[in-house]
Amino acid sequence: MSLNTDMPVRVAAVTQVTDLVKRFRFERLDGHPMPFFSGGAHVVVSMNDNGLLRRNPYSLMSNPDDNSAYEISVLRVPNSRGGSIFMHEQVRPGDQLTVSQPVNLFAPDHRGRKHILIAGGIGITPFIAMMEQFSRDNIAFELHYAIRSRSHGAYWQQLLDRYGPRRIKIYVDEEKTFIPVAEIADNQPLGTHLYVCGPAGMIDGVLMTGLKAGWPKENLHSERFLAPPAGLPFQVFLERSNIHMTVGEHQSILEAAEAHGCDAPYMCRGGACGQCETEVLSCDGTLQHNDIYLSDEEKASGKKVMICVSRFKGQQLVLQL
Amino acid sequence: MTITFRSETFRDDFTFRNSLYNIKRFPFPFDRDEYMYSVNMEPHIRGKADSVFENLIDVDEHYVAEMQDRALVLKEDPLRCQALPHMMTAQWDVLELLMEHQAQDYPEHFTLEKNGDRWRWVNRPMGIDDTFTFGDAATLPYPPMEYITRQAQGDFCIVDQRDNNLWMDAGMVTTQADWSLDFDIGMNFMEWHGPVPLAHQIGVFDRALKFLLNLQQGKPTRRLNWTMTVNPRLDTSPENYHKWGPDRTTVTPENVGDKMHLRVELQSLWRLPRSNAILFVIRCYLISLSELVTVPKWGRRLPRVLKSLPPEIADYKGLTRNRPIMIDWLAKYDDGAPTSAGIYPD
Repeated sequence: MSLNTDMPVRVAAVTQVTDLVKRFRFERLDGHPMPFFSGGAHVVVSMNDNGLLRRNPYSLMSNPDDNSAYEISVLRVPNSRGGSIFMHEQVRPGDQLTVSQPVNLFAPDHRGRKHILIAGGIGITPFIAMMEQFSRDNIAFELHYAIRSRSHGAYWQQLLDRYGPRRIKIYVDEEKTFIPVAEIADNQPLGTHLYVCGPAGMIDGVLMTGLKAGWPKENLHSERFLAPPAGLPFQVFLERSNIHMTVGEHQSILEAAEAHGCDAPYMCRGGACGQCETEVLSCDGTLQHNDIYLSDEEKASGKKVMICVSRFKGQQLVLQL
Repeated sequence: MTITFRSETFRDDFTFRNSLYNIKRFPFPFDRDEYMYSVNMEPHIRGKADSVFENLIDVDEHYVAEMQDRALVLKEDPLRCQALPHMMTAQWDVLELLMEHQAQDYPEHFTLEKNGDRWRWVNRPMGIDDTFTFGDAATLPYPPMEYITRQAQGDFCIVDQRDNNLWMDAGMVTTQADWSLDFDIGMNFMEWHGPVPLAHQIGVFDRALKFLLNLQQGKPTRRLNWTMTVNPRLDTSPENYHKWGPDRTTVTPENVGDKMHLRVELQSLWRLPRSNAILFVIRCYLISLSELVTVPKWGRRLPRVLKSLPPEIADYKGLTRNRPIMIDWLAKYDDGAPTSAGIYPD
């Protein structure tokens, strides 16, 4: 039995922010206030794309103290699996969607004396909510934000206007200015925490630089956008539900199970939270672990799989689901 | 429903008693005739009317007396209430949660009026009517967690989440079964559960921690825990062991029915919205064996459970000395008939 706490919402506004980024504002259909949330939290948005259920996680970027509505920003990804295209092309003001309760897998460390935020592209969104919170609580922070060009970059001008150039630093690929990560990591007061959100290469680079500069790993935080990777279709048997199914090229095991009416647990749908951990009963082939949750030993043992992002190559996979 | 609050004590002359209505709603923790540890978590959703699960924050006939006892404990030992500095947002989360639940479910007794950040809180049983600014601790007579937990039954721990662990970083703990907030403050989940026997070996805490790290907003969870206490004493703390420890030697076959109390903790866990911390509520319910056996099913089951208890657990719960006396006294209430499944009276 899973308790459903998802909230039906109405799209109150859609704003074109840049040529590739749209902002969506959601209000509850039942007129109740939205739950408060903490900066760094995301929600899972459920979309009905012509009978096909799509569920994508998006960081909340509105003010955490504003319970009148939630706002997210969506980057249009041309070769995506369809969620961002659907949001960009189909969703209009007045439409209905469903959003989950907020979940925070990227919360600031409340003990931090100072917070350094490093964003690449659409990775800016969780930081917009976090900065509202830091600014409300009078906590020191600085943002280093890399964008491709001034016309492609979202929100950089508003953030500069709001928090000023001392706290907001913008770097533009086109202008050959880059975040000086090593310098930033090199000289910070004790108790500083660093957060990075953006493309995988950027996250790896920043974390590595931090560790090399002697930062404790507890002070380095990251949030990755792990979309379920595509791959060849494969067969799965869900033993408890007695379902034989094919997982399609652009589908995750979780999505295939949901399409077959199996109510599998999930939270982040990005391989990070551990909620969809599923026991492997037999595996006639190779598991392709794409998550960042299981340890290397757990991955090697082949006994567990995170069904939101991981795939399989072989004859048949049997899961306890 | 208007509750009639009892005037009673949890120390010295121990005048605490349960009314007939309160006995029937006692959260008897044993759903079968044997006992073993398990990760016995279930969603904390509203349950049967006239049970302690009817409302998610339960207020009962002992409310006023328990709040008076808490005030006495705090007067003697202010360290029973502590909060590390980074927990201020979480303190406000707790104040909001408790005020909203108490006002919504007990409108005869509590009222919360919000006008933006300007809030008015009325607690009629305790004669409190305060107006304050949400988010501004200077507008309350105590810090927010202390303010509201002086007006809410149960112990409260606020647990911070970071580095894939949970940290005991704030709390109000005055009705505890022999553990100390002052000792545990700042510890992580594995550290503060260190003394529990058997459970570590079977991986209970690894699974429980994993489960709690993923606790979701809007989906609180609960479990029951239990021990036994001589005399209806709420404050069985290590700090005051010299006051209650010797009570164990005062139990005789003649007085065991009235002296020995089953002590049940209804533990509920809530993800807090503004801070992402977790509120851990440990609500203590007491019932004497004499009161308990007025429910025939419980009278049959309790001796069977006590007999099946592994010695390590009996020892950890401090029952070793008095277990035979209890089993002997309870034997006359067990006619050997089968018991129905579940915790509720038949």
